[in-house]
Amino acid sequence: MSTARAAAILLAKELRLEFRTRELLSATIVFAMVIVVLFSFAFDPTAAESRRYGPGLLWISFLFAGSLMLNPSFAREQANDTLDALRMAPISPFAILSAKMLANFIFMSLVELVLVPVFGVLYNVSLAGVAGRLILVLALGTIGLTVTGTVFSAISSHARMRELLLPLLLLPILTPLLIGAVEATASLLLDRPELDRTWVALLAGFDIVFLTASWLLCDYLIEE
Amino acid sequence: MKGRVASTIIVAALIFFAGYAALFIAPDEKTMHAIQRIFYFHLPSWIAMFTALSVVFVANIAYLATRKTKWDALGVAGAEAGVVCCTIGLATGPLWAKPVWGIWWTWDARLTTTFILWLLYISYLLLRGLLDDPEKKATLSAIFGVFAFLDVPLVYVSNRLWRTQHPQPVILGGNGSGLDPTMSKVLLLCVIAVMGVMIVVLLDRYRLERLRHEFEELRIEVETCNLAPASILGKESA
Repeated sequence: MSTARAAAILLAKELRLEFRTRELLSATIVFAMVIVVLFSFAFDPTAAESRRYGPGLLWISFLFAGSLMLNPSFAREQANDTLDALRMAPISPFAILSAKMLANFIFMSLVELVLVPVFGVLYNVSLAGVAGRLILVLALGTIGLTVTGTVFSAISSHARMRELLLPLLLLPILTPLLIGAVEATASLLLDRPELDRTWVALLAGFDIVFLTASWLLCDYLIEE
Repeated sequence: MKGRVASTIIVAALIFFAGYAALFIAPDEKTMHAIQRIFYFHLPSWIAMFTALSVVFVANIAYLATRKTKWDALGVAGAEAGVVCCTIGLATGPLWAKPVWGIWWTWDARLTTTFILWLLYISYLLLRGLLDDPEKKATLSAIFGVFAFLDVPLVYVSNRLWRTQHPQPVILGGNGSGLDPTMSKVLLLCVIAVMGVMIVVLLDRYRLERLRHEFEELRIEVETCNLAPASILGKESA
């Protein structure tokens, strides 16, 4: 079976599993909203300050939410040793990994789809005019987050205290992504929005580096 | 054994002399005076750190390619030596910055990069502590090590674009850069001394890790063969 076909089947399985209960998605969305609301209590920003700090707040809440949401991605497979069954199937390990990455990308995008409009309303930031460019930035940032996050979820699923370990491994690695995503988003919230290409290039570079690394290392990652 | 004692004594003598040279032989700096002398240990600790972390990266790749436990031992030895050197660099930096810049810390590209680097390799060591199965520990921490190392240039570039305040390289930094000849001799001595300490510590840690691994294998062998009760190996059951 080709890798793409195997990955498509596994992706369908991941999505079916999640949409049966939707518990991971709903919990993550609520968690991200809690951060957004708490931030407003902690800093009580004015309209101008919202535009200044908003992008940072938005991405911090995505990163925190992502680092919690990605935990069950592999840990979920351990309850019934289902990862062993997947390993025994005649498919490449990258099919397993990429299906999980894609599924996590879809989940994270759905979280963002809910959170970004809420953020725009709560902080009085107008996003309608820059929607297309904002989606590009969100997509690039989310790819980087889910690619590294899925790999680290596979690593931390074998460890003790994995719920604490995943953010610990993931968040420092994501520093360049956070800077790039925040600066790119901030360039869209200016009075005359213009997408800063440097940061988009940095985000794309981050995605390419870690996607290639995960492709090269996935045989070692998904093995007995 | 003899070699280890000798190398430790040589390195101890070197670092002692390097300290003396940095404090008394090196000439006074025109504007910063005494505080500038911290530089003789600040820069060498960064050089030692980058060497140690490059060893970690090579060891991680080599482990994944060969699956020999010695590479895993070298990886953890390098990471620990690197984190120690990084801590020295991060501690000496603010001590110098407070009188010269007027602040302890600034979110400059190099400072931020090394701080993130420090966090990444502490996470690497924490991850190893939280993985129980030795083979899983070696493989998964090697994968994390490769990711961490790949992240370093990205962190640097992103911070560089963001803001930078660190002094431009004094040595090999283009026109007008360069050190007083005595200064560069003292600096070279300090680099050699600090590198020597790092290498001795790294090799000792490597040996310790190998011994630990050997001990662990023997313990498992004894336990599975039931040749001796587990109690004599310090695993007394309550």
